[in-house]
Amino acid sequence: MTMTWTIDGVREGLAAKKISARELTGDFYKRIETRNAELNAYLALSPQRAYAQADKMDALVAAGKPLPPLAGVPVAIKDVLSTRGITTTCGSKILEHYVPPYDATAVKRLEEAGAVILGKTNCDEFAMGSSNENSAYGPVKNPHAMDRVPGGSSGGSAAAVAAGLAVASLGTDTGGSIRQPGALCGIPAMMGSYGRVSRYGLIAFASSLDRIGPFANNVKDVAAILQTIAGRDANDSTSTTAPVPTYADEISKPVKGMRIGIPRDYFAEGLDSGVRDKIEKGIELLKKLGCEPVDIRMPHTDYAIATYYIIATAEASSNLARYDGVRYGLRVDDPTLLGMYRKTRGAGFGPEVKRRIVLGTYVLSAGYYDAYYLKGQKVRALIAQDFRDAFTKVDAIVTPTSPVPAFKLGERTSDPLQMYLADIYTVTGSLAGVPGISLPCGRSCGKLPVGLQLFGPAFGEPRILQLAHAFEQAGGASI
Amino acid sequence: MKISREDVVRVAELAYLDLSETELETYRAQIDEILEYIGKLNELDTANVEPMAQVLTDDQTADATLREDIVVPCGIAAEVLKQAPDPEPPFFRVPKVIER
Repeated sequence: MTMTWTIDGVREGLAAKKISARELTGDFYKRIETRNAELNAYLALSPQRAYAQADKMDALVAAGKPLPPLAGVPVAIKDVLSTRGITTTCGSKILEHYVPPYDATAVKRLEEAGAVILGKTNCDEFAMGSSNENSAYGPVKNPHAMDRVPGGSSGGSAAAVAAGLAVASLGTDTGGSIRQPGALCGIPAMMGSYGRVSRYGLIAFASSLDRIGPFANNVKDVAAILQTIAGRDANDSTSTTAPVPTYADEISKPVKGMRIGIPRDYFAEGLDSGVRDKIEKGIELLKKLGCEPVDIRMPHTDYAIATYYIIATAEASSNLARYDGVRYGLRVDDPTLLGMYRKTRGAGFGPEVKRRIVLGTYVLSAGYYDAYYLKGQKVRALIAQDFRDAFTKVDAIVTPTSPVPAFKLGERTSDPLQMYLADIYTVTGSLAGVPGISLPCGRSCGKLPVGLQLFGPAFGEPRILQLAHAFEQAGGASI
Repeated sequence: MKISREDVVRVAELAYLDLSETELETYRAQIDEILEYIGKLNELDTANVEPMAQVLTDDQTADATLREDIVVPCGIAAEVLKQAPDPEPPFFRVPKVIER
């Protein structure tokens, strides 16, 4: 059994000179060397950059200087986030050899806070998928069951932390791509409110939905990573100027008396009985902690998947127009410019991406725009209103993260609609822009991890971190 | 049937996306099923609902729409060009688009 490191553990180890940042980095690369061939969690490693950063941290220790908050913490970065000098493929053949000339703001902030970037993690192509099986570089395996998916699209980031191949990682969430793999791999995983974290350098899938957020082994570490990456960035006009609270001061505050909404619409047909059982036990635990459950209705929940797959594919069809064989990535030659575009895109994109480009282009095209895209935007407003109404009555909303635990590799690949329907509990919060966290909540039938999801109101991160921390401290993970 | 083979051909043309015969038929059938499912949105009367393009309110993005338009050099042009399949610094070269 490999030792589980936390951010505090790394800090204490470095400060007491029990281990150097260089040794720790080397230890993690050894773990990766041992496990990655079977897990396929990492697509690229960046030892040169990692050791240079580790040496910088060791020099601070040697000089007796104060250490930055994430000094020496080995982290992994989802391969849709730009990393200067490190290949960034988005899990796609069209960007197989792409090396970004700059860092995403979230990556830059992690490194400025002392974190050591070990490498880039596998994901569904352009973050489109719920199982990681849409990666052009092969699926990631679930560390808890090697014949099962880790969830997606941030499957590599979730599996890397769950398997002890990183202390924390960054993923991205458009319709559940952080929370669902967090649930399936049994670790805390969070997306902050839309606008909380700069998207600069995140290679876009659906710009009104995309968010960057952390995976870690405990809620305190999730809060520390979010703290580091949150806040206004001049390079992303949708990153908000709202001040960032100090999450570490907030998470230990008492939760007694908090009102938690239980939307019955989320416990309807399609919810696996093993998952339901654990979520009900999770709610019981929150009750024991002094929270007051409140039955609420979120009447437009049933329309969220349809709405999401209109809006997300429409935005994707527009964002992915940039892969044209001119400025970066693959080019397939043709004597004409338009022929070159068509061939490059036909050869470079995988099946799920093509399907979504076709669907997204269709819902935006003349004659269909009003019936689909405009309709989707209107229903999105109704779903956001459901959340606003709920938060006039409750402090947080509790739901399952995924209706099912990790499913078998290959089990669902032939039916895209069935795969989409499993996103039901996560896409609602994505459309509404509210923050959400998935927490380990026992295991279905004693084996596969179950995730409990908490939603808070927009910019209500402190509240859900508080609840999450209390739930974790009370033993929620082994319920 | 919600979407025809001709629709898929037209849309693929709009998206500059080469699709094989097999892809055309597979995507047509799958997207047809998805659009059938999406049809459930018509159960909702949205006549008086304002469409929502993004979630942030104006006060949350103080300078989202208005900022000074200033040129800031980033000094990475050479690195950017290195990523191009066919660079001709300081240009990107493409197949001929204009016949003389």
